[in-house]
Amino acid sequence: MARQSDIAGKLKGKRRPDNPLKTMKRLFSYYGKSKAIFIIAVIIIVVYSAATIGASYMMKPVVNMLKDTSFVPDERYAKYLALLMGMAFLYFLGALTNYIFNRLMLECSARVMRDIREHMFNHMQNMPISFFDGHTHGELMSYYTNDIDAIREMLHHSITQIIISSVSLIGIILMMIILSISLFTIIVVMGLSVFFIVKLIGKKSGKNFATQQKVVAKVNGYIEEMMEGTKVIKVFNHEEKIIEDFDKINDDLFGVATKANTYANVIGPIMNNLSHIFYAITTTVGVLTLTQGGVLIAFLQYIRQFADRMSQISSQFNFILLALAGAERVFALLDMPVENDEGDVTLVRGYEEDGKFIESNTVDSWAWKTVDKNGEEHFTKLRGEVIFDDVTFSYDGKKTVLKNISLFAKPGQKIAFVGSTGAGKTTITNLINRFYDIEKGMITYDGINIKRIKKSDLRRSLGMVLQDTHLFTGTVMENIRYGNLKATDDDCINAAKIANAHYFISHLPEGYDTMLYSDGANLSQGQRQLISIARAAVSDPPVLILDEATSSIDTRTEKHIEKGMDSLMNGRTVFVIAHRLSTVRNSNAIIVLENGEIIERGDHKTLLEQRGKYYNLYTGMFELT
Amino acid sequence: MKKRKSNIISCINGFKIPTILTPVFIICEVVLEIIIPLIMAAIVDGGLYREENFMLKEFFPPELIADRDKFILVLGCIMILASLFSLAFGMLAARTAAVASTGFAKNLRRKIFVKCQEFSFANTDKFSTSSLIMRATTDVNNIQNTFQQMIRMLVRSPIMLIMAATMAININSELSIIFIVALPILILGMLLLVKIGFPRFSKQLKKYDKMNSDIQENLIASRVVKSFVREDYEKKKFNDSATDLMKAQINAGKVFTYSNPLQLGIMWTSTIVLLLLGGKQVIFTGSMNTGELVSLLQYTTMVVSSLAMVSMLIIMISMSKASLSRINEIFDEEIDIVGKNNDMKVENGDIDFINVNFSYTKHENNLALKNINLHINSGETVGIIGGTGEGKSTLVQLIPRLYDCLSGEVRVGGKNVKDYSLFELRESVAMVLQKNMLFSGTIEDNLKWGNQSATQEEIEEACKISCSYDFVNSFPDKFKTELGQGGVNVSGGQKQRLCIARALLKKPKILIFDDSTSAVDTATDEKIRTALREKISDTTKIIIAQRVTSVMDADKIIVLDKGCISDIGTHDELLNRSEIYKEVYYSQMKEADL
Repeated sequence: MARQSDIAGKLKGKRRPDNPLKTMKRLFSYYGKSKAIFIIAVIIIVVYSAATIGASYMMKPVVNMLKDTSFVPDERYAKYLALLMGMAFLYFLGALTNYIFNRLMLECSARVMRDIREHMFNHMQNMPISFFDGHTHGELMSYYTNDIDAIREMLHHSITQIIISSVSLIGIILMMIILSISLFTIIVVMGLSVFFIVKLIGKKSGKNFATQQKVVAKVNGYIEEMMEGTKVIKVFNHEEKIIEDFDKINDDLFGVATKANTYANVIGPIMNNLSHIFYAITTTVGVLTLTQGGVLIAFLQYIRQFADRMSQISSQFNFILLALAGAERVFALLDMPVENDEGDVTLVRGYEEDGKFIESNTVDSWAWKTVDKNGEEHFTKLRGEVIFDDVTFSYDGKKTVLKNISLFAKPGQKIAFVGSTGAGKTTITNLINRFYDIEKGMITYDGINIKRIKKSDLRRSLGMVLQDTHLFTGTVMENIRYGNLKATDDDCINAAKIANAHYFISHLPEGYDTMLYSDGANLSQGQRQLISIARAAVSDPPVLILDEATSSIDTRTEKHIEKGMDSLMNGRTVFVIAHRLSTVRNSNAIIVLENGEIIERGDHKTLLEQRGKYYNLYTGMFELT
Repeated sequence: MKKRKSNIISCINGFKIPTILTPVFIICEVVLEIIIPLIMAAIVDGGLYREENFMLKEFFPPELIADRDKFILVLGCIMILASLFSLAFGMLAARTAAVASTGFAKNLRRKIFVKCQEFSFANTDKFSTSSLIMRATTDVNNIQNTFQQMIRMLVRSPIMLIMAATMAININSELSIIFIVALPILILGMLLLVKIGFPRFSKQLKKYDKMNSDIQENLIASRVVKSFVREDYEKKKFNDSATDLMKAQINAGKVFTYSNPLQLGIMWTSTIVLLLLGGKQVIFTGSMNTGELVSLLQYTTMVVSSLAMVSMLIIMISMSKASLSRINEIFDEEIDIVGKNNDMKVENGDIDFINVNFSYTKHENNLALKNINLHINSGETVGIIGGTGEGKSTLVQLIPRLYDCLSGEVRVGGKNVKDYSLFELRESVAMVLQKNMLFSGTIEDNLKWGNQSATQEEIEEACKISCSYDFVNSFPDKFKTELGQGGVNVSGGQKQRLCIARALLKKPKILIFDDSTSAVDTATDEKIRTALREKISDTTKIIIAQRVTSVMDADKIIVLDKGCISDIGTHDELLNRSEIYKEVYYSQMKEADL
């Protein structure tokens, strides 16, 4: 039973696969080690189908034997029993093979599903950040839910059903031809008419379902908006008006849903009763033209099976189309390029001796390691110096977001960015850690072009506290440790103390062992920010990026954690983005951005003296949005 | 419990006729479907084999039976006719079932929506928005499907079962004893499978949820993952969840793999046994003929498969139980704030808090507001200041009765807020919420929330006071500008100003700003406050703010600390005596005075 949301997801994407064969082939490549199991399963399915057809074919000799007066009853019964034994054997084989192939298919489809999921997730982890920007979470989730579910349905059920039905259908058709060519022509007519009726209704039904999905989306959207705005509705006494509007679209939905459901419902009775009609015609014609009852009875059974199989195939066919369309989407995702990383400069630990750097994993001193063409190793001590040299950047290659940005951050300096939303503050920090690559200009870290540095090492040397705090399901301790997986409990607690988070964490019901769920929903926004500051503190990076890190903390609390922030920032190069100008005052340099350009720079005092944009912002003449 | 049931069942109101007709049509269809093999048997035995005795013989005149070809043709026609009728009934049932189930869903959806509209803030807090949405969408849909299955299949299968069994007994009561053996085995077997399989299945669902929430979390936090270089860690975490899911899937699937062979096995065993015993009768005693035996086989198949169908349905229904109980949670939620049903008016904007205690958990040991005593005169401007979580929003939300106090009394216009109708109270108390929202629609549509019948002049006036007139007019479509869901087309500061205009249109006696100008620059903030003072001087104005400048010129300022009123006074008074106020003030002002 397909849920509404599934169908909605499917409709968002295309319903028909572009290249079913290629997709199918690629899908099967996932069987890998289970290929043998799958082939065995297919063989067993064929055996199963053969056994069931065979058993119903046995019906003819069995019934004929009952009527065969050429034997005396005793002899007849003995022969009859022998036939029954054969039938029983086939039935037994059918039940046994049914279990075996179901079990085998379960095993390999579950494995394949896991492998596809893992492949997809792993691939997604390596995608550039621009990929995540370009897709809503809902869209990405639907790969894992709708598409994967559709594929699963196909691998688990549809393939089995199609094989059974096709084998059976071939067998049934063969048997019917053998039994009676004349009756078989009736079946051909029946098959064709069923085909056309199904196609016709299917088309209508598809169209109606598409309209239904549109209205469903509208209703769901309305519900979503109003549930979110429920407090505003209350404050404005707006309940009745809302219900009135809701009734209108709810009625619309009722109208189209009734239509769509009618089409969906009607197909079953039509298929079922058509088979009755043909059954009746065959019986009449058969009795009139045949003399052997057994032939007719066996034939009638085939008609039933024929109809069943036809409706099976037609319904499975839809599932398969949906699954292949889903698989195509998944594969398209897997074919998207991953984040490129051509850097060969790595970050290593070690110590200095006689002016030479010696690698060692036990020391907490870091250096950049470059290997030149001759295989010679060079080390540059990690200091945290960042230089932007005439950097120009655009997200889409069209609209320039940053224009000719040059700036210089010496190790241990604090650089602040000020400007309206869209001025390019966050973009600058996203270029340092190479979430995005620049097309013009150069950024260097300790004198090394960041493009030459291995991305993971570059990011390891940068700590980030972002505006939107995101925490993970797990304990508070685990969340802090996310910054440095090797940190001990004491390291984490110390980091929490630096961030001034220790006090409130100790007052949580289970202290550091308190579980956080769904993005830390059980904490206030301010508390979440404190934890994320602790998380950055424990990673102990030489360069720190604070993007509105304290925006959700009220000014009094911010005052209290100022000391912690100062000690966190001490000795590090820090880039600060802050809405609240009071937090950037003591920076070595404040850079005012507007439309991607630096319009003012200097320290707090000089900027105030300039009486420019910064002065206006600071004195509240302009709003920062 | 009784109330619950009636809540769900009452959703068929307006669709009772199709709800009842569906099973009726289905019964007709089933009856016809069962008669068809019967006629078939008559044709084969009476027409083909020319047996002495056959099924339904008593229904046909002897002269018809005597004419073989005519007999066959007549019966054939009856059979086709029966199929056509069956088709007609089937299609009718399809239609009525669609009407009944979608109508049922419509009513249910409405009921949930209406109930959610009745929710007080406290009620709403208990459910997350996403869970409410899920209940009104996915869960309703699940129940719609189940309802449809119930009125269609849950009638069809048992009727089929009973009819087929009756027919079988009618043909040969002796052989029908086989049901007494086969059916209990099937039922017991299925029950066993469900009993073992269901817990495993729910475990599988849990693992599935876990995996999905892993993905979701990872997607939301993609920047965190990348900046901490935790891709490998995340991969490992996910791969573990995916493997867990796979194991759970196999573990649950293993059990259900037995259900097919079980059904087939029992069906086929019965077939063989029937053939074995029935054949003996046909050959030796003649107490039964071939056609009857074949019909008997068919009825047996019907009995077994419809029983299997019933058990599958029951499993399906029990799976939708989760959706049902989630919806019932909404219906069971007691609305904790209900207004008086009178037309008492709010006389003026006086506000009193008398020994007010408040707790979100309705518990004395967990007070969010402690012993609040306060008097505000009509027309006064009052500022409230304090850190996050000190109770500022809580305090003002008691005035329009968004929450009820635990003890003490809140008065508006000199009367207890509980004595007014909610409508009247909230019409008189306008509130600009902290987490505010504009809705999809035009600016005008949104502003009219304040007053449906507001004239263009009134709207413009409200926008002028809230300093939104100029920017609205700078949009190409002016007041007809589409805002998009959640008001995405305007900036944060503009949104706040529109929200203020919307509240102004209510022409309230009391106007509350809950941190409503945080994204507005200080100069505009000042302008708005000046306009408020001049244009609506009679209205009581309460302003919660982070910025001291927003409350500095208020008639009185309330300093809240840990749920208590720490001090009340004017700016100058507080600057002299309130440590907290001083601290806040200097944290914001020190450098600005430079």
